[in-house]
Amino acid sequence: MKKVGNHNSTSRKMFFSLALMLTFSLTSIAQVAAPAAAAEVPVATQGGDPVKGKELFNSNCAACHKLDAKATGPMLRGISAKHDMPWLYKWIHNSADLIKSGDAAAVKVYEANNKVPMTAFPALSEGDIDNIIAYTSEPKAEAPVAAVGGAVAGAPQEGGGVSNSIILGALALVLAMLVVMLFLVNNVLRKVAKANGIEVAPKAATTPIWVAFAKNQFLVLVTSIFLLLAGAYFVYGFLMQIGVDQGYEPIQPIHYSHRIHAGDNEINCKYCHSAARVSKNAGIPSLNVCMNCHKNIAEVAESTATPEYSKAFYDEQIQKLYTAVGWDKSTQSYTGKTQPVKWVRIHNLPDFVYFNHSQHVTVAGIECQTCHGPVETYEIQKQFAPLTMGWCINCHRKTEVKMKGNEYYTKIHEELSKKYGVDKLTAAQMGGLECGKCHY
Amino acid sequence: MKRVYKITLLFGITILVASCHNNSAPNYQYFPNMYESVGYETYSESSAFANGKEGQLPATGTINRGFEPYDYENTPEGYDLAKANLKSPLDSIDRGSDKGKELFEIYCISCHGAAGDGKGKLVEREKFLGVPSYKDRVITEGSVFHVVTYGLNAMGSHANQLSVHERWLVADYVLKLKSQL
Repeated sequence: MKKVGNHNSTSRKMFFSLALMLTFSLTSIAQVAAPAAAAEVPVATQGGDPVKGKELFNSNCAACHKLDAKATGPMLRGISAKHDMPWLYKWIHNSADLIKSGDAAAVKVYEANNKVPMTAFPALSEGDIDNIIAYTSEPKAEAPVAAVGGAVAGAPQEGGGVSNSIILGALALVLAMLVVMLFLVNNVLRKVAKANGIEVAPKAATTPIWVAFAKNQFLVLVTSIFLLLAGAYFVYGFLMQIGVDQGYEPIQPIHYSHRIHAGDNEINCKYCHSAARVSKNAGIPSLNVCMNCHKNIAEVAESTATPEYSKAFYDEQIQKLYTAVGWDKSTQSYTGKTQPVKWVRIHNLPDFVYFNHSQHVTVAGIECQTCHGPVETYEIQKQFAPLTMGWCINCHRKTEVKMKGNEYYTKIHEELSKKYGVDKLTAAQMGGLECGKCHY
Repeated sequence: MKRVYKITLLFGITILVASCHNNSAPNYQYFPNMYESVGYETYSESSAFANGKEGQLPATGTINRGFEPYDYENTPEGYDLAKANLKSPLDSIDRGSDKGKELFEIYCISCHGAAGDGKGKLVEREKFLGVPSYKDRVITEGSVFHVVTYGLNAMGSHANQLSVHERWLVADYVLKLKSQL
């Protein structure tokens, strides 16, 4: 009893608030320190404005250049140390001319970057370029300190999200304590009674309850009928879920989060599953589709990480993609050494059913989420629908066919509407329940 | 006290049975030969081929049905040629059809934005930076088609997601957006 800690201890509260204060003070120190360090550098370079430079950099250069890593073009931090300003003006205004003129430095840069020509920016003034160079000359911000401080400071707020389970746990603990206390109190009372010489009346020997139950034939009959029905109910339930994989959530070789891609970044389902528009199969995206974005995105942002999955974990998944597709991050080129990814298939209709994605996605215009559930919230993909025949048929009965803008079928739609005496046809009325439509 | 043991035992067994349910493994199948295809299914494994995969590359030198040769190379020179010479084969019905918009909003909108101003969701969230507005670039239908086919700089090729015809529809819609910016 005494070992249970005091949840409302003042010292705990004090300690917690001290920790909170410390973390916030860390962030504020980091924020003060960073601009101070940055302010010193522009003086050393051309006197450009790094703030304006950042804006220009993000809108003009960042498509191909990163500050601290090679992308399509070379990394740009400290570029002013490698080339002088007049050369940079010429290069940025029209690099192709500079290369043609046979400038040794220009040819070297061109060849070192897979001979990808840089877009000419004649519209950027020399002042603009000064600003950009000032931005690229800034020392790398001491981001890790601020980030760690931010993460710790953020943690208590996130604690509010899991508080439900904490409350439930506390309630369970309190109940358990009450039960123990009841026993203890009972014991103490008995002892007190004994000490005071009060005789606790012993229980009179009665017929055991099961004997009484066995003697009552009516009760036995009712109970056995009830048990039989209940048993049948559970056996039926068990048999009906055989072969149904609703909720199937296998572990995939690469942890791909639909939540990040389809949810946070709002990428259309059909961007990756483009085959769903035009073919029977929805298609597992080939890895070149991943590389359309991940050539550029080699690591996730700090804000992508969740309490459950860290940034390092997600970065590792992107690295797995690079290994599979044979992409060398440091040289920004394919090595040619590929290895297939063995994705685990989740949705698998039996062989005796025909299902066509394009028919549902393109012709009927059904949202992917109707059958696959709120995929944009799934961290791990799982099967949402039971995919049973009853489930298919239910939807065919309920779904009204979109008849507008489909001139080719106008006449047959009208005839069918007359036949059934309805305004709107369902898929079932158009033959969506015929056996041969799906089983042949 | 005996009763307490019994209750604990029953409780324990219930938990044990309930914990057998495992979502990361598929369920039992009744008569699996009715479920599993004899023929090869899409993306399945197969011992018939050396690399163990059902999906095989077409034999070298073969051409798929409906193949149209594309003569412009994936080089800066090819880009310039396509920009100057390549013309859209779309007829008046396809031009300005809703289909191009629909495809644009699947494949391009994330970076280029709904208006083509380079302010898509991925740019807003700073995953991709420096996506230009169509207004600021000299583009023709030929150059747009060329770039969608091969990709350019940070943009990847979209030739495997969009057919030739669909790429022309997208190119048409891109120029429509450019004219509206």
